[in-house]
Amino acid sequence: MTDKTDSKDIDIARLREHQPRFQGITSGHRACLGCGEALAARLVTEAAGPDVAIANATGCLEIFTTPWPESSWRVPWMHSLFENTGAIAAGMEAAFKMQGKSTKVLAFAGDGGTFDIGFQALSGMIERGHNVLYVCFDNEAYMNTGIQRSSSTPHAAMTTTSPPGKARMGKRHLKKDIISIVAAHHIPYAATASVAYPSDIRKKVRRAMDIEGPTFLVIHSPCPLGWGHEADISIEVARLAVQTGLMPVIELERGEVTGVMPVREPRPVLDYLRPQGRFRHLFADNPKAREELEHIQALADHNIEVYNLRGEIADRMDSEGADTVRRGGMRWA
Amino acid sequence: MRQALEGSQAIAQTVALCRPQVIAAYPITPQTHIVENIAKLVADDKFECDFVSVESEFSAASVVLGAAAAGSRTYTASASQGILLMSEVLYNIAGLRIPVVMTCANRALSAPLSIWNDQQDSMAVRDAGWIQLYCADNQEAVDTTIQAYRIAERTELPVMVCMDGFTLTHTLEPIDIPEQAQVDEFLPPYTFSRALDSRNPITVGTLVSPDYYPEARHAHHQALLNAQDEIIRAHEDWSAISGRSCCGLLRTEGDADAKIGILTLGSVFGTLYEARAAHPELGPVRLIKLRAFRPFPVAAIQEACAGLTDLVVLERALSPGGGGIVGNEMRAALAELPDAPRVHSYAVGLGGRDVPLDIYARALAAVDAPTPERFAVLDAELEKLPAADR
Repeated sequence: MTDKTDSKDIDIARLREHQPRFQGITSGHRACLGCGEALAARLVTEAAGPDVAIANATGCLEIFTTPWPESSWRVPWMHSLFENTGAIAAGMEAAFKMQGKSTKVLAFAGDGGTFDIGFQALSGMIERGHNVLYVCFDNEAYMNTGIQRSSSTPHAAMTTTSPPGKARMGKRHLKKDIISIVAAHHIPYAATASVAYPSDIRKKVRRAMDIEGPTFLVIHSPCPLGWGHEADISIEVARLAVQTGLMPVIELERGEVTGVMPVREPRPVLDYLRPQGRFRHLFADNPKAREELEHIQALADHNIEVYNLRGEIADRMDSEGADTVRRGGMRWA
Repeated sequence: MRQALEGSQAIAQTVALCRPQVIAAYPITPQTHIVENIAKLVADDKFECDFVSVESEFSAASVVLGAAAAGSRTYTASASQGILLMSEVLYNIAGLRIPVVMTCANRALSAPLSIWNDQQDSMAVRDAGWIQLYCADNQEAVDTTIQAYRIAERTELPVMVCMDGFTLTHTLEPIDIPEQAQVDEFLPPYTFSRALDSRNPITVGTLVSPDYYPEARHAHHQALLNAQDEIIRAHEDWSAISGRSCCGLLRTEGDADAKIGILTLGSVFGTLYEARAAHPELGPVRLIKLRAFRPFPVAAIQEACAGLTDLVVLERALSPGGGGIVGNEMRAALAELPDAPRVHSYAVGLGGRDVPLDIYARALAAVDAPTPERFAVLDAELEKLPAADR
């Protein structure tokens, strides 16, 4: 490097102006075809801009972006371990604060690193009020190690450690309600999102970036390999999760629900389950499978009722209208 | 200024003089008095720092890792189970070559549960890739803590300052706490060359294939070996400023022509020092205090043991099924010498068992055995055990 710019001369605000579509993660990484997490990470960093630093948990995102000596990251990025991302982010934030820097710290982790092994560090980070946006890319299993069940894996889904068989119909337990648990910390802002709705993600990231304190975003992100669907229908599958009511897209402030993406006409869960290999066993001709399908429909119906997903009045930004330009839909951002 | 201070109070005041920006800690006996005193100093606005009271030792180590990677000077302290809980992070900090300073208030490991002193905790993480310095008294712990920051920041290696729990941490002694100006002269404001900075983005903690992993480990090992010079230099430079001298890699006391030596780590050295002065009739003895256990200073050890026919190693730890940890490493280091002394390897003072002055005579008596003890717990009272366990 012969013409290295003195980094102190760079004005972050101007930089952001010159790069309205700043990408924190560039192409060339090694994610699978149709990876929801890679797309979601790109959307988050686009909206967050260049004045950030990322603490990244162990997982696919870490692996496919940083095979030494290559890196896809255009922002300061650090991977330490699997279960300490909340604490690493907290330490980075404390340091920047003491140094008088405005750099916003983002924490990136999968569902395993958030719902399970990193949960304690996340809870501590939120309780202590660190100014960190924690983003969970939720693909509902340990995909990096070969599709093992996590506490985010939906009920009845097949993984390599919740296989269906004579005595079992996939995962026996329910998906952990992480957003309610996080919201119970009376966190300033917590939200769910889906990679099928990019402008909703951007809006939520920008909202979180403006909040001085802990914020949490969980983004439902299909994994074609782990979910067993074609790579070119990731967005459709993600959208169906929202449209069936299985993945409510909501916002909570200080524990209260303050925003819901309405679902105009909820679709039957069968539409969501059918394209996915992980639910194939539920379509076998046996009473247990039928019972589980009913069970999953009941879970969706419960969400629709609890979050009033049908909405009160017609909303152009509902799960049909949002981010669907070809259908004449609208974008927030 | 010399003051009567508890070891933990002295460490807290010393840490404040070193101006860390971020401190994270989780309470565990006998480390608590250190972090309580730091919390009070912060509450009283005695120094500017973000004291992060975390929910576990795992997060304590992680918070200081994140903060140090972001370019701040940091501090944490722990002991025993806390060291074990944070061990995954300790390896990670070292492997990432992040300069962090921590105090280990040495304590035994469970089970059986013991809150009392030995050094099995820091010994359990001896291969984490940290520099480990063992202190014989509280003044040395104060001076070593200050030196640890410079060593860590110059070598980009983390430093664990080990001080015996209770024996040092809870003991009131006259201690000279340096002036702020002295510490500032020794520790100028710190700039980390690989700090996370949005104006100059870097990627830290990547996946490394077999094409690079052995080289990374080699470089880490080499950095630790090279750190010996920095440990010696930090001691010399701080001695020039403070007017006090403890030692660099190790310290020898006693007759240069003695044929018998006793080597130990930590506060047992003080006991041996007193006992030796009280018992000249037991003959000339060379005492060796190993301050740096990692890096293991082979050349300095060989020099310190030159001319000995017998070396007794007394350590407050053991490797069950293996024997003496320091004892075995001493045998390996001395085996290269043409007239290697016989090494008698003993654990003493495990789980807070008192190490009285007469340990000196007992250690010297062991030398008379026709064959050196491969390893034994010197002060174990075997009659307390059923015959099958003896």
